[in-house]
Amino acid sequence: MSATEPAPAGQLPDAAGHFGRFGGRFVPEALVAALDELDAAYRKAMSDESFRAEFDALLRDYAGTPSRLYPAHRFSAKIGAQVLLKREDLNHTGAHKVRNVLGQALLTKRMGKRRVIAETGAGQHGVATATAAALFDLECVVYMGEVDTQRQALNVARMRMLGATVVPVTTGSRTLKDAMNEAMRDWVANVDETHYLIGTAAGPHPFPELVRDFVRGIGVEARAQCLEATGALPDAVAACVGGGSNALGIFHAFVPDEGVRLYGFEAGGEGVDTDRHAASITGGTSGVLHGARTYVLQDADGQTVESHSISAGLDYPGVGPEHAWLHDSGRANYLPVTDAEAMAAFELLCRTEGIIPAIESAHALAGARKIAPGLAAELGREPVILVNLSGRGDKDVHTAGEYFGILDKEQ
Amino acid sequence: MSRIGVAFDKARADGRAVLVGCMPAGFPTVEGSIAAMKAMVSAGVDVIEVEIPYSDPVMDGPVIQKASDIALAGGVRTADTLRIIEAVAATGAPVVTMTYWNPIEQYGVDAFARDLAAAGGTGLITPDLIPDEADEWLAASDAHGLDRTFLVSPSSTDARLRMTVEHCRGFVYATAIMGVTGARSQTSEAAPILVSRLREVTDLPVGVGLGVGTGAQAGTVAGYADGVIVGSALIRCLLDAPDPAAGLTALRALSAELAEGVRHPQR
Repeated sequence: MSATEPAPAGQLPDAAGHFGRFGGRFVPEALVAALDELDAAYRKAMSDESFRAEFDALLRDYAGTPSRLYPAHRFSAKIGAQVLLKREDLNHTGAHKVRNVLGQALLTKRMGKRRVIAETGAGQHGVATATAAALFDLECVVYMGEVDTQRQALNVARMRMLGATVVPVTTGSRTLKDAMNEAMRDWVANVDETHYLIGTAAGPHPFPELVRDFVRGIGVEARAQCLEATGALPDAVAACVGGGSNALGIFHAFVPDEGVRLYGFEAGGEGVDTDRHAASITGGTSGVLHGARTYVLQDADGQTVESHSISAGLDYPGVGPEHAWLHDSGRANYLPVTDAEAMAAFELLCRTEGIIPAIESAHALAGARKIAPGLAAELGREPVILVNLSGRGDKDVHTAGEYFGILDKEQ
Repeated sequence: MSRIGVAFDKARADGRAVLVGCMPAGFPTVEGSIAAMKAMVSAGVDVIEVEIPYSDPVMDGPVIQKASDIALAGGVRTADTLRIIEAVAATGAPVVTMTYWNPIEQYGVDAFARDLAAAGGTGLITPDLIPDEADEWLAASDAHGLDRTFLVSPSSTDARLRMTVEHCRGFVYATAIMGVTGARSQTSEAAPILVSRLREVTDLPVGVGLGVGTGAQAGTVAGYADGVIVGSALIRCLLDAPDPAAGLTALRALSAELAEGVRHPQR
């Protein structure tokens, strides 16, 4: 078992980065040379044993993978399913994102670039990027929506402690999508020396494929761990979907396993029937955003609509193009989970297992709770659900404290 | 030949460059943008570039972002853009449209091409659509007789320059610097090199954009390019003005200065 086992050949995307009608490259010509350079470096690296050995060693010794698979007995009993948690929250920096940044930081070094830029929503990807930049001695600039710098002040401090420059973005809705716009603008202007270390399986080709391949170890590990722990594959795999890297990471190794149901849970905010949600697949339409064709929250004129979620990491009006494809092909199911459902699952995991999850990951937990009765009825037994616990909740303590009204007045 | 091609031919015969002036549709209002564009034409701008405001303009700097935000906040729709194009094209000046791809995809590519042609627009400049992804637009622009301007950049390889110009019609847009739109104190040294590389692979007129803000800079760019494209500096005339009338006055003055600049190419 290797976290860097390459994806099987012959799978999507095609050579131009298309997943069916989704994906591709909708970018300024000024970026094409850099994307081609990245594509070549990535393909060379993935076929290079020394790159994979270096990446494997970093993931093991530095990031602490393979992450554990934990049978959450008390949580399971509450929801009527056997829940196996893939503990990505225990990775260094507290989320699955460290896998992607280590892979891309290694690539940055190989391309001879000395500066990385990143966008971040919750701050998890920014912290992970700042971490890798410190480790690899790269200059690091992180773009973060001004609204997010306020809701995730602790992560801003963490990034600065690690030596990164955090730039609050004050344009548009001042959240993740605008941070991505600013990062793209920086990249166009500084592309010779800079790598755009994109934080999710979205953006122009080859990012969706490259990020997926750097995180697909989650599913490779979990699949083997499930077989070892239960003697069988799980009935369903559940993950939250914002841009979608943690979901693709855990789904991808299971895509050929037709008996395994794949569920992506989008941020339903105050409900997909309101205008305050971030469910791009269940509540959006096909369009072009941030370099790829995918599902987008937009108005009739193609203007991006502001998304909403209690979780900063899911608060994004687009989604990675491979998810759009998995949805259209029917291989994966995408369902919305509201803020309230996510926070109820957040509280339940805290109280039953002593684990404070990221609010992002709480959407996956809530989703598992939602699908458990239907699966049980269908299977005639308690279903086994593998849930990607993609991040830990330390960063969300303030948001959750406010939500539950448990903060003392002066805090 | 398209009206843009005629404008470039005429300027070339006069030993000068074409001045292309850009303004977002609906900025500051629909009627205000029509007035601004007509003022630009009357002050000597040869070709009007109408930019469809978009919520996520990744190739644009702060000035065009701000103007686009104002236009969108005012409720401008894609259909209004077509109405603006029609009004400005009625002056006789060629009107080209610059747009990010998603608004066109949502309108319907063929439907937009049809309605743009009917409005008197000459074609599209597409900053985030490269020929590699443009099959639908190639077909629609052929069907409705519209020009296609794709961008090239200093980082484009020779092979990509050749491929891109093969898909262009009307003129080619050379981005002079690596970066987003916005007036700069200096235009780049990379631009003349890029233009001479283009001359090797195409006879199409070459417009150079990104960074021009003064008559002197326009004259410098006119020394090696067929068209000088100005956006942010013109838009700033309206953004910085205390009232709309003062904005139009400043806009006319800068347009005239730039028009004078392109008539004195610095070779």
